[in-house]
Amino acid sequence: MILEVIPNIICSFCGCCCDDIEVTVTDGKITGVKNTCAISMAKFLHYSDERNSAPMVRTDGEFSKTTLDAAIEKTAEILTNARYPILYGWSSTSCEAQKVGVALAEEVGGVLDNTSTVCHGPGIEAVQDIGESTCTLGEVKHRADLVVYWGCNPVQAHMRHLARYSTSCAGKFRKGRADRTVVVVDVRKSSTARVADHFVQIEPNQDYEFISALRMAIRMEEIEQDSVAGVPVEKIEELADILISCQFGIIFFGLGLTMSAGKNRNIDAALSLVRDLNSKTKFLIMPMRGHFNVTGANKVSAWQTGYPFAVDFSQGYPRYNPGDTSVIDILNRGECDAALIVASDPVAHFPKQAVETLSRIPVAIIDPHLNATSLLAEVAIPSAFVGIEAEGVVYRMDGVPLILKKLVEPPSGIQSDEAILRMILAQIRKRKGAN
Amino acid sequence: MPKLKAVLITGRSIGQGQGKEYGKFSEKYKENVAVCEIDSNDLTKIGISTGQNVKVTTFHGSVVVKGIKSTQEPHLGIIFIPCGPWANAVICPRTHGTGMPSLKGIPAEIEPAPEEKILDLRELVAQTLRKG
Repeated sequence: MILEVIPNIICSFCGCCCDDIEVTVTDGKITGVKNTCAISMAKFLHYSDERNSAPMVRTDGEFSKTTLDAAIEKTAEILTNARYPILYGWSSTSCEAQKVGVALAEEVGGVLDNTSTVCHGPGIEAVQDIGESTCTLGEVKHRADLVVYWGCNPVQAHMRHLARYSTSCAGKFRKGRADRTVVVVDVRKSSTARVADHFVQIEPNQDYEFISALRMAIRMEEIEQDSVAGVPVEKIEELADILISCQFGIIFFGLGLTMSAGKNRNIDAALSLVRDLNSKTKFLIMPMRGHFNVTGANKVSAWQTGYPFAVDFSQGYPRYNPGDTSVIDILNRGECDAALIVASDPVAHFPKQAVETLSRIPVAIIDPHLNATSLLAEVAIPSAFVGIEAEGVVYRMDGVPLILKKLVEPPSGIQSDEAILRMILAQIRKRKGAN
Repeated sequence: MPKLKAVLITGRSIGQGQGKEYGKFSEKYKENVAVCEIDSNDLTKIGISTGQNVKVTTFHGSVVVKGIKSTQEPHLGIIFIPCGPWANAVICPRTHGTGMPSLKGIPAEIEPAPEEKILDLRELVAQTLRKG
């Protein structure tokens, strides 16, 4: 028996990218982990439970095993025959794979979009309008004495965020929980609200109104209402005092802002709130990014094309207009005629109307698992898990790049997303050259 | 059957995250995602106890899931379905020019559905494909 204990492994689940995981590998298999959260443990110990072991193609409605070469050829055929394909996913793979994805989208004149389009995309749009005051998680850990979680529930979704970066960690100037005040603003008394010092429960779809009232209170303006978003004005003024009184404050915001009524305008308001607060004290803001490399998907797309998501190459050059060039809108309008899905499962996470369009067009998927999207795909190519079976660069939620290590070998014949995408790109160029 | 008007929100949960890693076809995923978290006072209003099936209906469709007592209460009049295929059956696909569909804050109605079955993932996708 060969047993190896590997320290300082970076977790490839959420945007926290915790880098202190200890992984035990026995005879080439992961048999134990330490320092993980419950979700990270599920990933490391169960990643291969529903593994796709071979490339598959659909014939007469049924999936059957095929060779990698045949699956690559079929995928290339789907993409070259399409007039307006979408290339979607990208947030659970490496920056190296994402870079090949950009080249592929340009080559086929398709639309490159990543999962931020149904996540923090509205926040990105708002940052492009307003700008943002932000920092790294290290600065939060060492300096922040006020932490606000707004429309997010990290105790359930980013389970070690409070312990590692914001609240109970030992920083240089903030030594522990007692040195920090935690505020939660949410529509439910969430698990995170239960560990906060102050909880403000607002009505759904009222974030914009509430932030506007809070900005008035910070500017010492009179709010001519008894309550806003279900919160009495006295409580809003009390919250304003808490925000102004800190030395270094941070707002971490989640999908409660980006998915509710107002969407990007909610983030406009939150960014403006932080701008106002900076006239009184030091204040910053950061989105709670979901997938472990969704931030990388935005970074790679932006430095390669100029735009962070929803990039349309159909005119031969990159265009960006969320609401028009974003995949949900394209699918809702039924405009695309093929899809390449990489490291994602849109059938499990898109609205029904968008899934209906996906069911009418040829879909190729590259993913370690057989998932809901595989149920309607023409081609499914299994790939190696980044951060477990393949190395690669990812960006943490605060934009810090990290290198994920390869811990174990993938099953025989399984390649990385990057390698598979390079083969598809080469095959498409070969087909085009032949024409 | 008593019906209750509510506001639907979706989101992540520990069980949803774990279930996703066990696999989308795993029982753990279905157990944790085909659920609707309801405030205990609202459970009483519609006359069910935790663990019984409920039907959630919005302008965009309806879905049967298991109604469970919320661990995040109080949230009277707000119901929560973890993000996933069951929530997708009832969320709003419109993006209002942002690219983002409306996955939170959707007007909904909830009612007991003791006779109705919770579809598994394959059945749910097949239902969508038949309509598509």
